[in-house]
Amino acid sequence: MSSQSGITSRTIETRAAPINVLTGGTGPDLLFLHAAGGITAENPFLKALAGKYRVFAPQLPGYGDSGDSDNVRDMLDVTLHSFDVLEALDLDKPILVGHSLGGMIAAEMAALRPREVEKLCLIAAAGLWLDDYPVPDIFTLLPREFPAYMFHDADAGAKMMATGGNMNDPAFLIPFLVTNARQLGMAGKFLFPIPERGLKERIHRIRAKTVLVWGDSDRIFPAPYAQAFKALIPGAQLVAIPDAGHQVVLEKTDAVLAAIGRLG
Amino acid sequence: MKFTWFNLMPWPHLPDDFREKNRSVWVDIDQALFDPVKCHEVYNDYLDLLEYADQLGYDGVGINEHHQNGYGLMPSPNIMAASLARRTSNAAVVVLGNSIALYNPPIRVAEEFAMLDIMTGGRFVAGFPVGTSMDTNYCYGTIPGLTREKYAEAHELIIRAWTEKKPFAFNGRYTKLRHVNLWPNVLQTPHPPIHIPGGGSVETYDFCLDNTYSYSYLSFSGYLRAKALMEGYWNRVGQRNSDQSPYRAGFAQTVFVAETDEEAERLYSEHAFYFYNRCLHVYPGFADAPGYRTIKTIQSGNLNQYMRPNYPTLTWKDLVDGGYIIAGSPETVRQRFEELIKGLHVGNIFLLLHVGNMPKDKCMYSTKLFAEKVMPHLRNMWPEHATDNRFWCKPIARRATPAPVGHAEMVAAQ
Repeated sequence: MSSQSGITSRTIETRAAPINVLTGGTGPDLLFLHAAGGITAENPFLKALAGKYRVFAPQLPGYGDSGDSDNVRDMLDVTLHSFDVLEALDLDKPILVGHSLGGMIAAEMAALRPREVEKLCLIAAAGLWLDDYPVPDIFTLLPREFPAYMFHDADAGAKMMATGGNMNDPAFLIPFLVTNARQLGMAGKFLFPIPERGLKERIHRIRAKTVLVWGDSDRIFPAPYAQAFKALIPGAQLVAIPDAGHQVVLEKTDAVLAAIGRLG
Repeated sequence: MKFTWFNLMPWPHLPDDFREKNRSVWVDIDQALFDPVKCHEVYNDYLDLLEYADQLGYDGVGINEHHQNGYGLMPSPNIMAASLARRTSNAAVVVLGNSIALYNPPIRVAEEFAMLDIMTGGRFVAGFPVGTSMDTNYCYGTIPGLTREKYAEAHELIIRAWTEKKPFAFNGRYTKLRHVNLWPNVLQTPHPPIHIPGGGSVETYDFCLDNTYSYSYLSFSGYLRAKALMEGYWNRVGQRNSDQSPYRAGFAQTVFVAETDEEAERLYSEHAFYFYNRCLHVYPGFADAPGYRTIKTIQSGNLNQYMRPNYPTLTWKDLVDGGYIIAGSPETVRQRFEELIKGLHVGNIFLLLHVGNMPKDKCMYSTKLFAEKVMPHLRNMWPEHATDNRFWCKPIARRATPAPVGHAEMVAAQ
């Protein structure tokens, strides 16, 4: 399947489920792991990545056109599943980039098999918990509340996130809720009720060259989380981006691309 | 018919501006609104009312489990049940129930229910709810997408612990026990009857039919709105070629009885409004964690969490005409209940005769009228199913009478 963006999709078989992989571009191989909100072929950040890399963006089980999976229950399951995806795509040490939940999975992959992940970029990554900076409970947020948490510029963000549907119309609401239940039902296995699954006990194993990318006004994982990752990953560089929130990939796409470029 | 006098045990001291000043009665309700000294009175009043219902001849006294809220003050209904075991004589103690996915290990539920079964001499009915999303996910931290799997495993463990009369090993995903051997174990054979509170989960229909459990629909939107959901259940019963015993189903109904319809409105309307406007004021973000409800259930279109009425705009007349509540003279209430019982085809009724901030005296008045002037006329609605005892408890004939040592002498001395 091809879209106007130049991003195509293909299905690969994994033990967990048939996985839909969005792919496009030429250049060094790059595996992008999406955030809890999921990813589509129209995602501007994905398109930008495809301008510089041969990018692969697998949709997690339960997301988009990937199948559902009852046997992905915890962090180890999803981490090994992500290696299964790499295997099925026959990729050898691609640049590994993850955003938010995807960053949490990418960090686990790099910690679990440190010799197989050499270039790592964690963007506004989940996976740590700081008592002094409790992460907002995203599972309680109503659709209208999301933009203020996700974007530096909430109004502009609201336009980007607009569903265009009427929540009082069952014809719109039911598919919306099904998508929400599939996606966040899966994400909840790693993020609910506290988005921390022991990464801090394993993160020291990471050997990859690591770039951390963070929006200065991230209201999900505020700046101290970036500092915490930096302190725990040997030699990690932090690229802090002004006027950007948790969706730094959409708000400052070029700056994120430049940061990934530091991995060479 | 089986009539259970049910008490949610609401907090009756929520302020008039509760709705305006607080986002939710559940999960993150303001600690400053709680007063343990007042709660001491509240608990004792509520237990008095449950004991009164036993004296008036209700078939059951019912309680349930909720957490961190002003809607129902029973994190542990088993503690209330233990008190009722000693202070009631005839009514079944109906614990509807324990949210079995929340106990670690869930064998705890098997043990405590076995104790209650024995203490009551088999006057015990068990319930296994999944629990609301507020309780199960937001208060107790269970991962929404794993809640049902965890529930199913807990259920299997509890039933095996009750029915396999020798030690066994249980290698579950969530619970691993090398030696399961309940001691004490249940009195009723093979175990206490089980009622499953459901809110329209399609899978729950089959679960009840597979196991001969009674399906209870505990809604607050009344019998008129329950019709579609209960028809779904009975259709499923038909598809499975199961018998159509009305005791396969239960329904909760808010009810107020007075001498006349006018008196009912005058006495009780403020308490109905308190319940609908304050006790049900749940922040929508807590109502339904993504993954808690199954895809099939969402697709079935049972979206009442999202499309529920705007309660604050409802008048007494709206509540009565819409069937949210059944209220009025004994004759009015009797007629409405006949419609409910026949319309939903139910044999178990959970009566919400205490509502919101209703004071004890009014509640006793309504409770007595129902027991004396309504219930007798509804007793024999299902004569053809009168012998179906699969869904109700089977007490032993010779039950001990509580007789505190020295109590008579103490009373005499005073």
